[in-house]
Amino acid sequence: MYQLRSVSKIFGDGLRALDGVSLTVGRGEHVAFVGPSGAGKTTLFRLLNLTLRPTEGAVLLDGVDVAALDGAGLQRARRRIGTVYQQHNLVGRLRVVHNVLAGNLGRWSLATALASLVRPRDAAHAGGALEQVGIPEKLWARTDELSGGQQQRVAIARVLVQDPDVILADEPVSSVDPSLAVTIVTLLRALSHGSRKTLLMNLHSVELALGHFPRIVGVREGRIVFDLAPDKVTAELLAELYAGNRDDERQLEGMRHAIGPYGGACRPLPGFTE
Amino acid sequence: MPSAPTAAPAARFPASPSKSTFGWFLAAAFAVVLALSLREAQVDPRLLVQADAIANAGRFVRGMVPPALGAEFLGSLARPLVETIQISVMGTAIAVVIGLPLGLLATASLMWRGSLHERTASLRRAAFGVLPYGLARVFLSAFRSIPEYVWAFMFVRAVGLGPFPGVLALGIAYGGMLGKVYSEILEGVDPRPIETLHAAGASRGALVVYGLVPEALPQLVSYTLYRWECAIRASAILGFVGAGGIGQQVELSMRMFQFDEILTELGVLFVLVAAVDFVSGRIRGRLVR
Repeated sequence: MYQLRSVSKIFGDGLRALDGVSLTVGRGEHVAFVGPSGAGKTTLFRLLNLTLRPTEGAVLLDGVDVAALDGAGLQRARRRIGTVYQQHNLVGRLRVVHNVLAGNLGRWSLATALASLVRPRDAAHAGGALEQVGIPEKLWARTDELSGGQQQRVAIARVLVQDPDVILADEPVSSVDPSLAVTIVTLLRALSHGSRKTLLMNLHSVELALGHFPRIVGVREGRIVFDLAPDKVTAELLAELYAGNRDDERQLEGMRHAIGPYGGACRPLPGFTE
Repeated sequence: MPSAPTAAPAARFPASPSKSTFGWFLAAAFAVVLALSLREAQVDPRLLVQADAIANAGRFVRGMVPPALGAEFLGSLARPLVETIQISVMGTAIAVVIGLPLGLLATASLMWRGSLHERTASLRRAAFGVLPYGLARVFLSAFRSIPEYVWAFMFVRAVGLGPFPGVLALGIAYGGMLGKVYSEILEGVDPRPIETLHAAGASRGALVVYGLVPEALPQLVSYTLYRWECAIRASAILGFVGAGGIGQQVELSMRMFQFDEILTELGVLFVLVAAVDFVSGRIRGRLVR
């Protein structure tokens, strides 16, 4: 699906957000990215969804170097990639149905898109997607009247309508409460699995990542420091990954004593049993 | 224990940044400009208290009371009053038709700047982004830098006396103002939802109708309504160059030294502006939710 060849991203202010990242992700794979905040995970995702352009190196999507894409070709490629951010995904002043149907914008002509704002085209499709994320009753609600968790579900429903080949979820559960976080991660995995989509997820919670994903990539200071199955991710590796980040060290400490916020919802974590 | 005033904090925090000399320079420049303006604009309050100034003003004010309230005269104001409203509504409508597309073209974040365009090839960005953006800005500033009064003067020459030149003048001058302010409002919209739509393959047009405009709608409508209020007031001035409405009546009364009629006409204009203010306030209250 994706192939990254020593990709670096240097922003205008000289910040080197990514530094020689090489990575291959196969079609249908589910991968979690972990690492301290500021490690470059979000930049990586914005490169993967073709918003940003790498300063060095190449991003290949199904073997095609995306640097060569422009105009219609670029738009076609973006249509195949669905993104869910931490928050602020949705247009708050539009009704939920329009936000969900916005998943079609890559396919619709401008006239169709406009007409749908007046009279929603295929509201049943939007309703079906909302049903899959568990809030069908919100179809006609104003989006900014929903709670953070409900909005996140709407964002996922939109990705379902978009029906991309890849779902990029950038900290999709950081702004929702712990029990809902587990539900949303499980939901995204199940939905991706059912339709054989590739799923890449940034997670602030190591516990969620290790408990739910078959492949874990650790990112620190713009580099990949490990790329392993969860049972190979040791407490030492994690301590190294998060060294110097006080909040995250506290998170690891909690895991060591099995008092993480997600408790029994995740399978036993290797390396953390005394 | 008494605290020592010169104790440690200075060492723990960075020193406050040095005072900018630019700020002082700006203040000095402002003072100079103000002083020069005072002289060059011939500001002389003594002229206000001169004997004949007071006498003239007194004649004018005494002539205004009591206002003309004859049934026939009031009846003759009905038509210009309706005409004023019609001019302002049509003028504002044309201003929106001119201002919205130009305003969108003049929105840098939509056309060429920022994360939406990082991947756009530079030639494409120049041709379809920077160029139309620049042209739109040139047109917008040309439209609004010429006062509506001057536009009306030109259009009266072109299409003759009556309300139509007033409508055109308002449409163009206010189109320039609306477009400029629309672009600033749109520039201020939270880019994150827009970026998400863009990342899913939405075209620029789709970003406008699904992101920018819905998010900015209350501000866009609110500013447009404010412009409508201004248009009512401006239509009084436009009447002076023969562009119809209540202003034309004020001009006639002035030329005939009918100061009592002027007071009535100004009163009518005042009520009209207050009514428009009330109506637009209600609409805004409903919208900004």
